[in-house]
Amino acid sequence: MRALLTGNEAIARGAYEYGVKVAVGYPGTPSTEILENIAKYEGIKAQWSPNEKVAMEVGAGASIGGARVIVTMKHVGVNVAADPLFTFSYTGVNGGLVLISADDPGMHSSQNEQDNRNYARFAKIPMFEPSDSGECKEMMGEALKVSEVYDTPVMLRTTTRIAHSQSLVELKEPGEITVKEYVKDSGKFVMIPAHARQRRVIVEERLARLKEYAESCPFNEIQMRDARVGIIASGAAYQYVREVMPNVSVLKLGMTYPLPEKLIKDFAARVKHLFVVEELDPFLQDQVALMGLKVRGKDLFSNIGELSPKLIAEKFYSLEETRDFVEKAFLAQPQAWALQDNIPVRPPVMCPGCPHRGVFYVLNKMKLTVMGDIGCYTLGTLPPLEAMDACICMGASIGSALGMEKAHPEMRSKIVSVIGDSTFMHSGITGLLDIAYNKGTTATIILDNRTTAMTGHQEHPGTGKTLQQEETFAVDIPKLVQALGIRRIKVVDPFDLDNLQKILAEETEAAEPSVIIAQRPCALLDKSGGKPLTVDAGACIGCKRCMKLGCPALVAGPEKVSVNAALCTGCGLCAQTCNVGAIRKEGEGIA
Amino acid sequence: MLKEMNILIVGVGGQGTILASKILADVAQQQGYDVKVSEIHGMAQRGGSVVTQVRMGEKIYAPIISEGQADIILAFEQLEALRWVHFLKEEGTLIVNRQVIEPVPVLLGLQPYPAGIIEKLKAHVKDVIDLDALDIAGKCGNKKAVNVVLMGVLAKKMNIPREVWDRALDNKVPARFLELNKQAFEAGWMAG
Repeated sequence: MRALLTGNEAIARGAYEYGVKVAVGYPGTPSTEILENIAKYEGIKAQWSPNEKVAMEVGAGASIGGARVIVTMKHVGVNVAADPLFTFSYTGVNGGLVLISADDPGMHSSQNEQDNRNYARFAKIPMFEPSDSGECKEMMGEALKVSEVYDTPVMLRTTTRIAHSQSLVELKEPGEITVKEYVKDSGKFVMIPAHARQRRVIVEERLARLKEYAESCPFNEIQMRDARVGIIASGAAYQYVREVMPNVSVLKLGMTYPLPEKLIKDFAARVKHLFVVEELDPFLQDQVALMGLKVRGKDLFSNIGELSPKLIAEKFYSLEETRDFVEKAFLAQPQAWALQDNIPVRPPVMCPGCPHRGVFYVLNKMKLTVMGDIGCYTLGTLPPLEAMDACICMGASIGSALGMEKAHPEMRSKIVSVIGDSTFMHSGITGLLDIAYNKGTTATIILDNRTTAMTGHQEHPGTGKTLQQEETFAVDIPKLVQALGIRRIKVVDPFDLDNLQKILAEETEAAEPSVIIAQRPCALLDKSGGKPLTVDAGACIGCKRCMKLGCPALVAGPEKVSVNAALCTGCGLCAQTCNVGAIRKEGEGIA
Repeated sequence: MLKEMNILIVGVGGQGTILASKILADVAQQQGYDVKVSEIHGMAQRGGSVVTQVRMGEKIYAPIISEGQADIILAFEQLEALRWVHFLKEEGTLIVNRQVIEPVPVLLGLQPYPAGIIEKLKAHVKDVIDLDALDIAGKCGNKKAVNVVLMGVLAKKMNIPREVWDRALDNKVPARFLELNKQAFEAGWMAG
């Protein structure tokens, strides 16, 4: 049967068809749906871990135990998981283990655009790169096999265009889940220096054998067409090349580390002009050049952002040797009238009724220095809230607040950090421990909306449910915070602006660290919502104070403000900002 | 066999463009076409500008459509039609919902919502179908069915039998919303 699947769904299906028993990860766009889909298959133990490092460790343990394993994360997640990954490369596996890195060229939903193919070379493990959903599924099978045959963790890298694009996939019956026998082998799995030195040599020998395998890997393929132009490509770039230059010769690489040197040299010898088309870093090009081959690529294509068929068409049209091979339709230039200068941008915004909005409104009003974190609430940095000074990576808010305080002791009472509940579980706990232990005094605000909202509402240790919807305990955040050494703990309602401001003033003034937990469920989960608010046009003086909330349900007319009743959830924040009592719930009189 | 058809579905996060693309992809599959769909999730879902690209035909490689290559643009909102119209082929069709959803810079009063968008589009694009799909959906009983109304309009424009579309609705719409959505689709089909 053929089904239309996203790359993520196809990876999940591949895990199912090829006998994966344990699936673990941390949500992050564009990787999230892999685990969500795996969780539905019977026989697979799927779970979210609090962060990618833990996920990698859980995966390593399951693999050592003999199960086939998939570990999923977005590209920046691999930074978190890198510590166990690099050493797991030394120990190797028992059951096959595939680490998925979902990269995000163009940064559709990420804070940077690193090219995680570099991790494969850095960790000395093989890298697979599918170019559509069908390959996502089939490469899972091959990657698991390679993992077991060559005794190595394997990386499989997608990009946003592969992860979130759908194409047709041939579904097969799932194979049996078999768990290999576990036999204690401390020489292989305990990386004390004496053992690690032995394994270090094995890693290099393994790479040499993998190079041999790469020559015959079924996903590396020479497609000879016109021999005047030869292009080496992988992933989405391969599909773009096929579309734009249907008649050129292509070396399609499905395994991009280590590279098949003989195959590449063979291809180079058969074509007149050799190019590499790849997104982000010159990962392939540099290696091809090191083989002593004359190759072009990054002189034509930027190492920033995504490629597109049009971009590829334009660059190859500009070269005499490739011009005739370009499909002219891709050179079409948009008509001038259609390119408008003044189209208002439509940035993402915090939802109407978002419980984080009130916190950022107050933070802005109090002119505090806010060290921020990753999640929906990062949007608190945009106008009109503009209440965030820094945001680096998951969990960085608390540590960077401590750093800011160390650099500027005089700003002590002006520095706070904000972090979501899921992010706090991910990597905020250790930061808070650092504040307590090393005598920081900044206030930490945990924006607890009871979910991982940004990526689509995944469970985490604070929600009381597992990925597969089993009931479990829920972490008691105040008690956890107390155990970390924090004595000042306040739980507040982020919809009560006056109280929020009062507590913030007290806690930032305090000469010891404090934690403020702003608790309200995500507006997309809490459908209880009150009646929408209305503006009494007679009472509204048009001061537009309420517009500082940046709520999409509020509309600034030329003079008066009005409420879009279809969007308003009745949270009442705007009514609290109104000095003249012009905003109120339907049926209520003027306050 | 159809060599290739490129359809761009544009709108605002939360308007239901994804269900629309699912229905369309199901239709393509029933027709035995190769099909690729590309969409972006994540931060963009929070009320941002969203675009879904559907390509179908004999053999499809790239999952994305290039500028000037869309046969049809289905715009769920006026301003988004204007934002994406440069992706339309010269002889392409533009279906535009007259609904207005003001983006934050407009709500804040920092920038005006452009006036006369529909007129401008009609002045430059030969084949424009404009309608108030929100109103039509409301008359069918639920304004949220605006996406399926627009699918009805798109379906009428494509040379694919009606029963294929009906099967796609059966396949892709949850049972409890099916009746409402069939009505909405019919209303769109009639309006198209």
